[in-house]
Amino acid sequence: MIPMLKRILRTGIVSEPPPAALAAEQREVARLGEEILRILGRALTIRQVDAGSCNGCELEIHALNNPYTNLEGYGIKFVASPRHADMLLVTGPVTKNMEHALKVAWDCTPDPKLVVAVGDCGSCGGVFGESYASCGAVEKVIPVDVRVPGCPPTPVALLQGILAAVRR
Amino acid sequence: MRFFGEPIEFEKQAGIGSPAWRGRADDGEALQAFAVAVHRNGGRLAALWGEDRRKGGEGFRLHVAFGLDMGHAWLGLDLPAAHPAYPDLAGIFPAANRMQRATRDLVGIATDGGDQRPWLRHGAWPADWFPLRHDAGGGRDFTNRPSDYDFVQVGGEGAHEIPVGPIHAGIIEPGHFRFSVIGERLLRLEQRLGYQHKGVEKLFIGMNPADGARLVGRISGDSTCAYAWAYASAVEAACGISPPPRGLLLRALMLERERVANHLGDLGALGNDAALAFGFSQFMRLKEDWLRLNGKIFGHRFMMDRIVPGGTALDLEAPALAAIVEQGDAVGREVKELKKIYDEHAGLQDRFLTTGTIDADLARELSLSGVAARATGLILDARVHRQGYTPPAPWAMLGVRPATDERGDVAARAAVRFAEIFESLRLLRELAVGLPDSELRVEVPPVPGGSGLGVIEGWRGEVLVGVAFDDDGKLARVHPHDPSWQAWPALEHAVMKDIVPDFPLINKSFNLSYSGADL
Repeated sequence: MIPMLKRILRTGIVSEPPPAALAAEQREVARLGEEILRILGRALTIRQVDAGSCNGCELEIHALNNPYTNLEGYGIKFVASPRHADMLLVTGPVTKNMEHALKVAWDCTPDPKLVVAVGDCGSCGGVFGESYASCGAVEKVIPVDVRVPGCPPTPVALLQGILAAVRR
Repeated sequence: MRFFGEPIEFEKQAGIGSPAWRGRADDGEALQAFAVAVHRNGGRLAALWGEDRRKGGEGFRLHVAFGLDMGHAWLGLDLPAAHPAYPDLAGIFPAANRMQRATRDLVGIATDGGDQRPWLRHGAWPADWFPLRHDAGGGRDFTNRPSDYDFVQVGGEGAHEIPVGPIHAGIIEPGHFRFSVIGERLLRLEQRLGYQHKGVEKLFIGMNPADGARLVGRISGDSTCAYAWAYASAVEAACGISPPPRGLLLRALMLERERVANHLGDLGALGNDAALAFGFSQFMRLKEDWLRLNGKIFGHRFMMDRIVPGGTALDLEAPALAAIVEQGDAVGREVKELKKIYDEHAGLQDRFLTTGTIDADLARELSLSGVAARATGLILDARVHRQGYTPPAPWAMLGVRPATDERGDVAARAAVRFAEIFESLRLLRELAVGLPDSELRVEVPPVPGGSGLGVIEGWRGEVLVGVAFDDDGKLARVHPHDPSWQAWPALEHAVMKDIVPDFPLINKSFNLSYSGADL
């Protein structure tokens, strides 16, 4: 226990009030962060759906939960069921084998709902495009509010996309 | 050269990549006899795939790669266009089951018996249409009809099923798990995968080698360096070229950084699944530091598209190399401290120890590779010397020390990851301080009709890529093979004596790829 407490004390709080690197972007994120808190009263719940990605986007979505980005600090939480969600965060391309499951998840998400399509594949089909096995972009299967391109998009870009969807 | 006294004549593949021998079986019986001999001698089934060669006036070809002590034996079996059937190998190597079913779904060459359930084909295309046949067309007009799947049913008083997925509760790839349970005790797990199937192998057909490199790097995002290198190595073997020394060592450096990043994330997630949020926060912090340095010096947090056929697409300057060494030292210190905390945490060890166990015999029987195999005590690592095997450059000169643990449980898979982080940090230091001056990359000449096999020890296990060129120097067939093909069935075995709430932890301790095996 004592080594753990020591480690925690030495680490301190590493959460970055807006992510590092791009100053202008940071201010934008911070501003959007404040806005989202005002609009939603610290309660945005997200159901992430991998509808066919290579798992690269998921790695960056995971990073949103690391102590640096600390998404929960903004009042944004990932939930286990679409029935608990305000937003679907969908990575793609949407495979034919996931088309049905994605539609069901969308149907199960209560209105009003937001959909953010993540990554080049989720936004436009990416390197996989449309084929016998792939429907391509998320918007080919369910309505999309915001696209976050990138291969994969960085955590900062993801955060911006999530906040941009809430602003709509 | 011949193996195990079998009549098939093999020839060594050219180049400096992982040692591989190629041969041709005259008929199905010869293939079966060879498979039996490999099995008897403790070898593995590494991969199995099909190729349509009717365009060149031939029939179909079945490719089977076996992992032997000294390297890989890559066997081809030509099948007639009219009746492309071959003997079921699943009775010899259980790992063949899903590979054979996928080969039937995609190419339309089938076993003459055994499990005939579809694997990758759920209902998006009809059973008599095969996407990888050259005369298949695009296949985009079929009606998508979600299909039922014939799960094995467990009966008896109190037995019931828990269906999970394809969408799982966390931020994770899709797949379906059918648990048969009595109370909380798991009697059986059957997986149905293929939800991530996005037609990757068909996309490769007709691509030029450079576009192929971009695609192969997106088969499993967490293993982009391993795939890019295995593919590059296969292309280089086909073309008879070798990457220059600096390019080769830079590849190794990227591969080891990929290994450390994933192991850090997994150790954090393992802590999380055992309710030690402290471990999650600490390891995710270290992983983020790691990825940020990647972003800074490689221009990409996961180093996608940096390994290309012929060498690498970027160089590292002295300050970047110094930053790698410095970060390695810092991370090494912190992980050492965290390992002590994990090792001494009673609650964590209580969840880890004796949970999700497989033993070495089962690992061998299932042709397992990578972290999960080494956690049963098998010394199976393409980077490591073992009896009869000399690893390819640059591993031979680096003297990679294998990480093994004989317990075969979640604790063992965590321990192997810890040990591999320390070894990778040592390798990274050696690579960063000893990088030779040379070109980064050589030209890749088009080689009509050539083919090659590349094998790389990715962080999860053995990543294998088979490449064949057509007469115009374009890709005729690329088969990328993820170690998860063999490891998913091992997970089915590992959970059997445990309880439902332990499944997430056991699953995480394997951390298998869906996308890599669904293609």
